[in-house]
Amino acid sequence: MITYALMFGLGSFGLALVFNLYRIIRADNLADRILALDTMVINSIAILILFGILESTRVYFEASMLFAMVGFVSTVAYCRFLLRGDIIE
Amino acid sequence: MAHFSEILVSFFIVVGGIFGLVGSFGLVKLPDTMRRLHGPTKATTLGVGGVLIASMLYFLLFEGKLSFHELMITVFLFLTAPVTANFIAKTYMHLKVKPSELPETSTEYGWAGYDDPPVEVTEQSEKK
Repeated sequence: MITYALMFGLGSFGLALVFNLYRIIRADNLADRILALDTMVINSIAILILFGILESTRVYFEASMLFAMVGFVSTVAYCRFLLRGDIIE
Repeated sequence: MAHFSEILVSFFIVVGGIFGLVGSFGLVKLPDTMRRLHGPTKATTLGVGGVLIASMLYFLLFEGKLSFHELMITVFLFLTAPVTANFIAKTYMHLKVKPSELPETSTEYGWAGYDDPPVEVTEQSEKK
């Protein structure tokens, strides 16, 4: 039963990644692209955790933690670069 | 008992998947950037929250070990989602919205990002 739920979860997050990709390709402005990339990072964290449940191993938690941190830092750095023209002032 | 815990874990996985899909669908469907901010920042965080609760329950119920890694990821995501949303909104305003299009702030300070921040008078700045 959990296997079917995992298939559903992986499928829906995969479809969500396709939606994000569409929004990255057809975006109105750069802020839109940053938003789509940030959502993509969050969806890939969910996929990593679901894969960890599927394999019933805990190796992927460190990977998802790293994904969360690097995604946050890269989003803030890109926004900061567009806002101020520099990342570390 | 095992049947009940399977239902519980599956429920949280399905709820997380639905919320993640709805959040990203909002990213495609909503008409402009400021409205698109709603979808991902709320629904996707809730979706990942559901998946993390399912993962915690799975390792607690089927392997008998309580782990706090998931709680760390949840707290981190819940703390950083508003910050990123604020930064993206500020970037959008910086790129697209002119200061003349904005309404009055109804306080004595102007808009953040366009006007100078309010200067606090401290002892050190008085000495200078």
